Amino acid sequence: MESPGIIIAFWVLAAVTVGGCLMVLVARNLLHALVFLVLAFLGMAGLFVTLSADFIAVAQILIYAGSIAVLMVFAIMLTPLAARDNANSLYLLPALAAGLGIAGLVSVVAVITPWSELKGDALGQSDPVTTVSAIGDLLLGRYVLPFEVASILLFFALLGAIVLVHERRGPREGS
Amino acid sequence: MSTAPRPATPMARQILEHRSLLQRAYALPGEVFFPLLFVLLGGLAATVGIGFLVVAGYLDGRWYDIRDLGNGTSHFRYWAQQQGLPPSVAYLTTALLGGIGILSLVGGWLVIGSWVERRLIAKFQIRQGPNRNGLFGLLQPIADALKLIQKEVLIPVGADRLLFFLPPILIFLPAMLGWAPIPWAAKMSYVDMNVGVVYAIAISSLGVLAVFLAGWSSNNHYALLGAMRTVAMMVSYEIPISLSLLGVVLFTGSLQLSQIVVWQQTYHIWMVILLPFAAFAFLFASTAEINRTPNDIGEAESEIVAGFHTEYSGMKAGLFLAVELGNAILVGAMMSTVFFGGYSFFGLETWIPGYLILATKIGAVYFVFVWLRGTLPRFRLDQLMSFAWKFLIPLSIIQLLVVSVESLVIAQSDLPGLATVGGSVVVNLVLTYFGVRAWANAIGYAPNEMASPPIMTNGVGGLRAAEQIRAGR
Repeated sequence: MESPGIIIAFWVLAAVTVGGCLMVLVARNLLHALVFLVLAFLGMAGLFVTLSADFIAVAQILIYAGSIAVLMVFAIMLTPLAARDNANSLYLLPALAAGLGIAGLVSVVAVITPWSELKGDALGQSDPVTTVSAIGDLLLGRYVLPFEVASILLFFALLGAIVLVHERRGPREGS
Repeated sequence: MSTAPRPATPMARQILEHRSLLQRAYALPGEVFFPLLFVLLGGLAATVGIGFLVVAGYLDGRWYDIRDLGNGTSHFRYWAQQQGLPPSVAYLTTALLGGIGILSLVGGWLVIGSWVERRLIAKFQIRQGPNRNGLFGLLQPIADALKLIQKEVLIPVGADRLLFFLPPILIFLPAMLGWAPIPWAAKMSYVDMNVGVVYAIAISSLGVLAVFLAGWSSNNHYALLGAMRTVAMMVSYEIPISLSLLGVVLFTGSLQLSQIVVWQQTYHIWMVILLPFAAFAFLFASTAEINRTPNDIGEAESEIVAGFHTEYSGMKAGLFLAVELGNAILVGAMMSTVFFGGYSFFGLETWIPGYLILATKIGAVYFVFVWLRGTLPRFRLDQLMSFAWKFLIPLSIIQLLVVSVESLVIAQSDLPGLATVGGSVVVNLVLTYFGVRAWANAIGYAPNEMASPPIMTNGVGGLRAAEQIRAGR
């Protein structure tokens, strides 16, 4: 955090991210909220870039801004009246409580974690050339079991979706 | 029954009156011919001189070595450091220069591209194409743009005004940002990022949202139908694209596009020979991804007016049409970088600037796109979906298994590269041939054993012969 460029980039990206999140709350139209959510995702990807986490940044764009947004589009399309009417919700109090709880949990974790603080040359030296190979080694080495469990979970989710929407052509229904 | 020859068609007259370039050059008057000859010989002499400089190594790494424009920028950074300027100034300047370069490349192509595409399509359909405005009709795109700008931009009554405004801008994001990791020469890429391949896939997935928003905000049945079709197709065809690029990445062991080119340079082989099925899957899936004509069911004119941009008029519709051209050369750049050796051409890149080689390859891939567009009819939605899910994806997964074994062999064994890489080439070619045939037979595509040639023209020996017969020769 020394050169002016990175500071300007941080504040601009932070403003984009926080502003996008605020607009998600304020927007009355669900699809407008979705667009602002994508904006917030892109801002977060930019923040990851300033942290030299290139793979996470690109994965953020690919998974959140690309795929999750399309998934949400389909969810909105398949829900009647959801797109143009987002008037009120029955779950206001539980949602507020859950949101406050999650925010509290995240801030407590952020405060009590012993972050390694580096400055100057030490920061430059600790900067890895690429994070891809390190992530790959960890995923297929130390964390191979969680990785495989996640893949099996996703596979079952895929199978379940196919089974749920599969048209059964029984003999009763005829041709 | 008259035996008089039928009147010649314009094309037959053209063929009869056609003179070769050499004949036309000889027919030039002397005061034009000799200066032209002089210029030609002078150019030849200059080429020989430059060739001597290159061979003698006078140019290597100098700032005026235009074979690699990266030399100039790195020298500029070094100079700025010597002058005591802060590094941000040097980086900002070079970033601006590179950005202007990419912008002018894409912008220039958007001006020229529609003319090129229409002329090429016209050649495939045996007609002239736009040839009235300016030399060879080169001013036609400008006339089109003027017409589009003059048109009124309509906004439908029920449209969502914010979301209707955004898509023509949003859809340009992937077409511009995708150029960042493409290496134009050894040191000449805008951002030579470590995750270039994943970045390209991620950026291309952003276009889906723009297309969907365009269709949804128009509040029009046809637009929404087109948008849903396009989104379904783009989501499906992202998988074969990722799987085919994954095969390449397994071989090269790097997600960096410049490293992929260097790998192909080191082994003197193009990825398309090593992974023919992946190259085909990438080509076909990317035509679906960028909505080009064999796969453009999202805007099928014969069914749903203009698909997701039905309600857009004036220059907004023009932007949607223009971004297709930009995407086409972007995909051409990705394709030629990953599968056709990028800026390298078996040693030619030491003689000719790498960016010219890459531009030639982009042009070749673009020509294939236009060829497909001029040749194939539009596929149906269910045909496209089943082709992606039942054909491209299973075969790509099988190929991925084979490739991971081969890449391990190449990385681990002590045999020379010719044996391991060459063995992989043979294995992949054989497996691709038999695998594609067996799979196609199994799911009922049944490749035609003895395809009969189209007899109407081939029977008389080609189109020109047919015209000459008609002209009575």
